[in-house]
Parts: sequence; C-alpha cells; structure tokens
Amino acid sequence: MEPPADAGRERPLLEARNISKFFGAITALDKVNFHLARGEVLGVVGDNGAGKSTLMKILSGLYAPSEGEIVFDGRPVRFTSPRDARQVGIEMVYQDLALAGNLPIYENIYLGREPGGKFLGLTVVDQRKSRTMASEHLDRLKIHVKSVDQNVEELSGGQQQAVAIARATAFDARVVIMDEPTAALAVKEVGKVLDLIKGLKEHGVSVILISHRMDDIFYVCDRVMALFHGRNFADAPLKQTTRNEVIGWIMGTRGHTEALAHDRVH
Amino acid sequence: MTDHASATARNQNIARLVERFGIIGVVVLMMVFLYALQPEYFLTFANLTNILKQIANNALLSIGMFLVILTAGIDLSVGSVMALAMMALALANADGWPWAIVILIGPAVGALSGLVNGLGLTVLRLPHPFIMTLGTQFVARALTNLISGGAPISGLADPVRYIGAASIPVPGLDPGMAIPVSAVVMLICYVAVALFLNKTSIGRHIYAIGGNPHAARVSGINVDRVLVLVYVLCGFFAGLAGLQLAGRTNSGFPNAGIGAELDAIAAVIIGGASFFGGRGTVLGVFAGVLIMGLLRNGLNLMNVSVFWQQLLIGLIIILAVWIDVLRRRASVRK
Repeated sequence: MEPPADAGRERPLLEARNISKFFGAITALDKVNFHLARGEVLGVVGDNGAGKSTLMKILSGLYAPSEGEIVFDGRPVRFTSPRDARQVGIEMVYQDLALAGNLPIYENIYLGREPGGKFLGLTVVDQRKSRTMASEHLDRLKIHVKSVDQNVEELSGGQQQAVAIARATAFDARVVIMDEPTAALAVKEVGKVLDLIKGLKEHGVSVILISHRMDDIFYVCDRVMALFHGRNFADAPLKQTTRNEVIGWIMGTRGHTEALAHDRVH
Repeated sequence: MTDHASATARNQNIARLVERFGIIGVVVLMMVFLYALQPEYFLTFANLTNILKQIANNALLSIGMFLVILTAGIDLSVGSVMALAMMALALANADGWPWAIVILIGPAVGALSGLVNGLGLTVLRLPHPFIMTLGTQFVARALTNLISGGAPISGLADPVRYIGAASIPVPGLDPGMAIPVSAVVMLICYVAVALFLNKTSIGRHIYAIGGNPHAARVSGINVDRVLVLVYVLCGFFAGLAGLQLAGRTNSGFPNAGIGAELDAIAAVIIGGASFFGGRGTVLGVFAGVLIMGLLRNGLNLMNVSVFWQQLLIGLIIILAVWIDVLRRRASVRK
C-alpha cells in the first residue's frame, strides 16, 4: 500500500474538501479547500461577498454545502444544524453575539444546555451549579465580571463579547469560529478580546478568526487564508507574509511582497 | 471598589428591588386607601373572598396571556376560546355526559384552540401572532354560536360547578367563612407557572426567546416547539377560565368573555411585563390582576359608575407603562 500523500504532515483537526455552495444561480463558494490544525489560530480574510461567512456557516452547521465534504478528526461528518456541529465540538460566536440581554451571564453561558435533573419530564435547572460552573469557567478564561448574576444587557460590548466566547467554550469546544469579534468594540476592549483568543489557543482550542483588521490578524493568528470571489486565493503562515500582501489578497492582487518588504513582521 | 461604584451598585440593587416588589407596594397602598374609605366593610371576610371570586376569571386568562407576552407574542383569542370551552362543556352537561368528562372538556377545548394558534404561527408562518389569534378570535366566537344556536344553556351538575362556585370551609372558623375553590385553583395555577418559568429549562427558554429569539435558536433551543407549547398553555388556562365561569354563573352563554382578552392584556402590562417580551414576573401579573380587581371593588363599594372604572383602568395602563419607560431610561448605562 502506498502511503497517503500527506504522510508526515499532522492530520488536520478540521478539513473541508472541494466545498461549493450555490444559492440559485449564484455561486457563493467554488471548490474551496480548507484545513485547520489542532491549536491553530487561522485568520480568514476576504472582501465582502468573498464567501467567508458562507464557509463558516457551512463549517458550523447552519448551511449544508451543495458539494464537497467536511472531515473532522479524520472522520467525514455531515451537519444538519448548528446542534450537530456543536456535538463534535465546533462552536460559533456570531457577529451579533446572539446573547439574550434580559438574562444573567450564567444563564446565557448555559442557554440550551442547562445543568439539572429531570422531574416529570421537565429539566429542572440546578441554578446554583450553573452559577458555580459559570464563575469557574470565567475564571479559567481570566474574564472578570462583577457577578455572574448581572444581566448581559448591563455589560459593555467587550464584556458581552467575552460572555459569548465563554459560552462557545463552555463544553470542551475544539474549534471556535469567530465572525468579526472586534468590529463593534471600543479600542481599549479589542486587546482584551484578542488576548482571550490567545488564551483559547493555549488551552489547545483551534480558532478561526474572520476579521478585516490586520492588527487583529497579525496579533493572534498563526496562518492566514484569503478567499476571493468564492475561491481559495492565498494561504500562508503569518511569518511568511506581510500586512500589505494580505491587504492585496483581499483585493485580489498578488506580488506585493518584495516591493513592501520593509513592512515584514519579524 | 470606589465609593462612587459602590453607590452605583447600591442604586442598582434598590432599582432591582423596586422593580421586583414595587408593584406589591401599589397593591398595599390601594388596600390601605380602600380600607380608609370603607373601614366597616372593605376588610371583611365576605368582601375579600368576593374580590378573589371576582378576579379569578381574569387571573386565569392573565397568567396564560403572560406566558404568551413573555415570548413577545399576543393572544387575542382567549375571550372567545373561553366562551367556546364554556359552551362546549355546558352542551355536554345538558346531553347528560358524566361530570368527570365534562370538566375535562373546558381545558381540552382551550388547549386545542391554543394548539391551532401555535401551529398557525409556526407552521403557516403567519407574520405575527396578532394575525393568527385575531382570526381564531372570530372563529372561536362563531363556533360558540354555531354549536349553541346562539342561545344560553343554564343549569349544570354540581360537580361541574365545583371549581367556579364551591367554597372550602375553614376548620375552626364560622361556617359562613369559607375559601372559594376558584381562589385556590387560581393560586395553584400561579405557583405552578412561577415554578415552571423560574426553575425549568423550558421556562428559562421562554424568557430567552422573548429576549432574543435568534440567540435562543442558535443555542439549540427548538423555538417553534416552545412557542407552540406557550400558546397551548394559554389556551388551556382560557379553557379552565371557561370552566370556572360556567360554574360561577351556572350556565354557558355565547356572549361570555367579549373583550376579556383586553382585560388580561391590561393586567399583564400593569403588572410590569414588557410588551416586547422577556420581562415580567408571575408576582407582577398577580399584582396587576389584583389592582384591577381592587379598583373595581372599591369603586363599586363607593357606587361609582362602571364608566369611570373603564376610564381609570385606561389611565392606569398608560401610567404603568410610562413609569416603566422612566425606570428603564434611568437605569440605562451612562
């Protein structure tokens, strides 16, 4: 038997092969390939309409791909809802955060997965346990809040983002997908959220970060991939590229590397 | 923590206390006021149980309406559904059905109507519950008239009347002093709904759906299933209210409950629930029901015309929501 082509390279945690997605006559994704290693932070860039969000919605189970296959931890998987993706450990932090502002922090973190026991066919929530679990989890992530009983609507944008990330990682997530997590934040809160992403990496969680901000990408990512018009356009470890080159990719141009070598990140 | 921060925290705690129990203060104030006006009558056992009997019907409709309003919905059909349930059980009783089945007919007709509302909302995807329940309001009223030929039926079997008309004597007290069964049923329903909303995961999901339906959906909550359940429960309570009213009036009449949905909405809103969903407590709803009941009782005792009662209730609705607007504006983060 011949050894597989990628022998020697570590098997990716999450891989998508030849993914296409059609919406009627529109081709949102055209044979896109994607891979993500364990503990890797991958930046995904592209102009509006490049297909980033569609790809992420496919990976998180919100959309089904028209063609192609998804492989998680070596096994082909098929998600029919975000619930399926969650079950294998893929979580998504939505751009609008998807938090219930009228509920306290701890309830948001465990919403839909409340700890508790069964009584007459109903799940009776163990609120004390839920509170304790939430406090411990937030401590682990070094997220500081006054109290887990605070309603989410009382929190700042950065704190809300942190709660959304805490929810995504509450149950041994292996991949966390984040859609523009810093876009709506005040400058002083951006750093905290980025440090949170670094913290996830230290815990062995893989992160996919969609962002327009080169500062974010170059601060936390290990690798960056660019989509352009629904196709793979470029893909490089961060150390081998520059901000200006990545900005070029977003606009669909290549070869800025040499001309702008002074901008190389060391 | 700085002094300023702790002062802010204290203010927030006070605001939260006022939010939670302020409405009870209003009820107590009203009772004190009514006692001052009618010291020899207001606090008598007969008058207090009378108030409980009077509010029981609106209380049952309101607790169902509250569940629906928590999800940012509305159920305009509860008055008609109550009449349909009442008429159906009165007809079954007149046909000589056993009482044990007759008393189940009311709540069952209500729950079934609620199921229709819920499915219309989630399966037909009608744009707003206002539309679906406006439709079923007409349909249920029409069915009430069709099955009865528009004529009332009076005279029900005693066991059927139990929930609406019977009283439980209190041991050791004068036999004339007895607790109305309708009040007991009402209290059981309120405690059950409070436990359901605060302790079970589905109860918390109802709040979450009212707060942010998108968040609920991506958290893996089956939003449609919860919504159907909420409308079924609302219908169930309307049916129970039909059974209670049938017992109290010893009849079924096709014009029962016209406009009752508006009283229920009023009680829920006066009780501090948000029309936009996700906010409100069972205790608040009970206070809202009591405020409306006390107002009617007090004005009746003072021989004030029913027209003035309507005017006052209208003003109180506006005042209650305005206070809520002010409170929210004050608690917004600076």
